[in-house]
Formats: sequence, structure tokens, C-alpha cells
Amino acid sequence: MTLHKTPPVVGTDTYTPSERRLARERHHRTRTRRATAIAATSTLVTGVVLYFLITGSPGWQRTQETFFSLHYAREALPEVLEGLWLNLRLLLMCGSAVLALGLLLAVARTLRGPVFFPIRALATAYTDFFRGLPLIICLLMVVFGVPALRLEGVTNDPVLLGGAALVLTYSAYVAEVFRAGIESVHPSQRAAARSLGLSSGKTLRFVVLPQAVRRVVPPLLNDLVSLQKDTGLVSIAGAVDAVYAAQIIASKDFNYTPYVVAGLVFVALTIPMTRLTDWVTARMDRRRAQGGLV
Amino acid sequence: MHLANRSLVTAACSAAVLLAALTGCAPQPEAGPQTKASGQAGGTAGACAPGKLATEVPGKLTVGTDKPAYAPWFSDDDPSNGKGFESAVAYAVAKQLGYERDAVVWQHTPFNSAFAPGAKKFDFDINQVSINEDRKKAVAFSSGYYDVRQAVVALKSSKAAKATSLADLKDVKLGAQVGTTSLEFINDLVKPDQKPAVYQRNDFAKSALKTGQVDAIVVDLPTAFYITGAEVPEATVVGQFPNSTDNPEQFGLVLDKESALTSCVSGAVDALRKDGTLAALEKEWLSDAVDAPVLK
Repeated sequence: MTLHKTPPVVGTDTYTPSERRLARERHHRTRTRRATAIAATSTLVTGVVLYFLITGSPGWQRTQETFFSLHYAREALPEVLEGLWLNLRLLLMCGSAVLALGLLLAVARTLRGPVFFPIRALATAYTDFFRGLPLIICLLMVVFGVPALRLEGVTNDPVLLGGAALVLTYSAYVAEVFRAGIESVHPSQRAAARSLGLSSGKTLRFVVLPQAVRRVVPPLLNDLVSLQKDTGLVSIAGAVDAVYAAQIIASKDFNYTPYVVAGLVFVALTIPMTRLTDWVTARMDRRRAQGGLV
Repeated sequence: MHLANRSLVTAACSAAVLLAALTGCAPQPEAGPQTKASGQAGGTAGACAPGKLATEVPGKLTVGTDKPAYAPWFSDDDPSNGKGFESAVAYAVAKQLGYERDAVVWQHTPFNSAFAPGAKKFDFDINQVSINEDRKKAVAFSSGYYDVRQAVVALKSSKAAKATSLADLKDVKLGAQVGTTSLEFINDLVKPDQKPAVYQRNDFAKSALKTGQVDAIVVDLPTAFYITGAEVPEATVVGQFPNSTDNPEQFGLVLDKESALTSCVSGAVDALRKDGTLAALEKEWLSDAVDAPVLK
């Protein structure tokens, strides 16, 4: 530690990596290359073995005709896509309704103060009941039960009723997700906000909820993807969605290819949705960490 | 170092495991059905020795049907009581093949699994399955044991009840059960303005009819008369669809595509048709299904 050392001249970087360092880097590179090569070979071998295992099985030809027939795939695709339009509409409408209602329920459950007890109790009872009630029973009750009441001015449309049943069940799931998020925000945040003079409403709106929602984006997406697949259950009331369109063709011709087509269509729909939310989450993280990530 | 070694080991392991699987658990060409099929029947009496067929369970005849088993095809959701048209037909076919009542075993077979490509657990399936060319690619059918006609059922109070022709049904909301020819009749013959509602089960179709979610449903004629007679008395049979004369729709028994029994079972059904047994059973169990006006 000598204080009178001439500082290094800025701009003339005379650093040359030592022999040893170069050797170490070379070694790392060869190691990485080798690992990649082995992984590729292993994957290739696995693929080849699986291929021969499946196509070599005695029932393969019939399986191929029954599950992967190009003729039936062509026949099914337009019908499946037409059905998918119903799934997508339901997903959009029910998804937004579920998010709104779920958030409302979660807030109702986390209200403080004795005066709000009935609201808290009602919200708790609602989530308990509809989380536990099997969706298919909820659908049957709403879809066939409501029209049986013969109420004036209440719709008979099976799609609307089915959508309502989906909202009932899923908002209970989503409410619990939101509540977990709200309760995960540290009490000091609330205390700090209140001591700055924010009202409890403003504290919730500007301090608690933004943090809570950000934390539960992945589980919310899970529920959304799950909802997307469950929209098909509305078909119990006679409306034709993608899976049902596939089933109609499958049971007419005794061939399962339409199911495979519908399955792939759903998977293809889920992947971009996942990527989108990943991107949104990453953007939120970047914004939150404006000082740069540690 | 570690990494490379580990991946090497893993690769070796997975390859080994897969190879073992390939050699060890590669499904052997099925010995069972194959050897059964060696007694390939040519429909001769010798090959269809009474009570000695190459059935799934030797000495027994396993018959599949869906649950719930609907009237008038079955009675009280119990296929084994011999009541209801299809139950009676199954026992008659069994008898013809040399299997007495106690040698017939019923098995719950959902409609969807009746045509799955894997090995079947039943000798034949009886479940109001209509014979068509596409289906013959996936399963084997016996000859037809019942000529089906499709009928329209509507609430007496609805406008559909007054229909006298197919054109009158164009602006009506129709419903049918999935996988039935009823649905094909709607799409091919009526071509309605609104998409038909499609139900997983006839129960749901009946519910929708009662609550007015659909104006009319299409079912086969015996079911139609059963619905109006016993289940939804406020409904009426509007009429039946014209049946193409050159290619009438028939119910057939479903067998595995490679089943060795097909010709024997077909022979049994033909014999029952010839000696009037089928007609008698029809009269006994489906006599309510009198004629309905034909919708042209």
C-alpha cells in the first residue's frame, strides 16, 4: 500500500492474459465442446431408438391409421378451428371477468376492520364453496338448472350460461392467487405508505396491489391456461368447441386423428401465451430494478 | 471434467436403458389373437363350433355395451336381465353361437373405447352402432340386426311440432347426440340455418328439449317413442326422416377388426333374421315404435 505510486495511464491498456489463463480458457472450451457433442449424440441415439421402438411395434400401422391419418386431419382441421373460435371468445370474455371478480374477492377478503366482517365472511364462503365444487357439476347446475327456473329475462343460451359457470369457479381460484399475493407484501410497506399519509384505499391501490399482482403473474397464467382448456367443457350444453368438433368427427368415422389435431392446436395456442407473459414479467422486473440488477 | 463425465455416463445409461427396453419390452407379435385367428372361420359350421369359439375368455361370451344402457334397447340399465331389444338380441345371438345365458358376460364399454385400435376386451359390442363405410376401416361389423329410422321429437307447444317437411325444420334449433347418425341426418338432409346443438348423452338432449334450449331433437325412432311415451310426455314425435332405399341404415354388432368371430357372429345374426327371431323381438320390445309420418 504505497500512496505515492504513479497511477496507470488511462487508455493504454497493456494487459495481456497470462499463459496460464489462456490455457485455462482453452481447456474450458474443449470441455464445453465435448459436453455438447455428447449431449447431441445421446439425444440422437435416444431419438433413433424411440423411433424404431414405436414404428417397429406390431400395432404401429393401425395406430398410425387411427391417430395420424392425413385424410382425417384435413377433414377435421377446419371444423376444429371453427370450434376454437368459440374457445377463444370464451377465454377472452371469461378471462377478463375472472380477473376482475377474482381481484375484487381477494380485496374483499383482505379488508381490515370489524365493520367489514360480513363482506369478508361472504367472500371466504364463496371461495371455499366454488373452489371445492367440481367444475362439471357447477356447469351442469348452471346450464341446465337456470333454464329450468324459467325466469323472465334470464338467458337460455348455453354458451352464456356455461361461461357464467366458468367465471364462478375460476374467480374463486384466482381470488386465492391474488390473496396470496396481497398477503406476501411485507407489512412494513403498508406501514410506510400509511405513515406517508396515504389512505388505506390509496395504500392498497398504489403500494400493495402493484407488488402483489407482479408476484403472482406465473400462477395467474397457470389458471388462465387451465381456463383456456376448460372452456371446452361448455360443450356439455351442446355448443361445439374445438375438442367437441374433433369428437363429432372421431365418433362418426371411428378415427382418433381429429383429437390429435385439436390437441396440437391447443398446445400451439398455449405456447405464445406463455412467452408473452414471460416477456411481460421480464419487462416488469426491468422496470422495477431501474438501478440495474444486482 | 465432472460435467463431461456425467453426461457421458448419462448418455451411456439412457442408451443402455432404451436398448434394454427395445429388446426386452418390445411388444412381441401378439400371440393371443394371432393364434386365435388361425382357426379363421369361413362361416362354415365346423369353424363356428357351438360354444367352442376362440372368445376372449374361453367358454364365455363377453358382450360390451355402454352405461347407462337406455330403454327401449335395455331395461332398468341392466343389460343382463334379457329385457329390452338389444339385450334380447345379444342373448339370442349367444344362443345361436352355442352359449347359454350363464355363459354370457356383460362388460361396460364406453362408446369411444368400442372403436379404440388396441386389443378389445369384448367379443362383440352391442350399443346401437350404425354401420358405415368409414367405421368399417376401424372395426368389423356383423350383418345388421335392426333397420334404423331417424325421427324428430319436439315439444307439443313449439313451432317445430307442426313441421310436415324437411324444409319446415330449416329455421328450427335442432339437437342430437354426438356420434349418432341423427347428427348426420341434420347436417346432410335438413341443413338448418342454426348450427345444431350436440350433446354428449341423450339425457342432456332431453334436458335441453324440456327447457327449450332446442326446439327439437333427432333420435332413432324407438328412442323417440320411448321419450314421448315415458320420459317427456309434453313432447311429440313430429315425423321420421326418409330412409334411402338403396342403402338403409342398420345397427350392427361391433367386433375387433381382426376378430376371428366376425363371420360366425354375422352368420348367427343372419340365421336369426331368417327364422323370424329378430322380427319377433322387435315386435316384443319395440312395438311402440309405430310409424310416424315421413318428412319429405
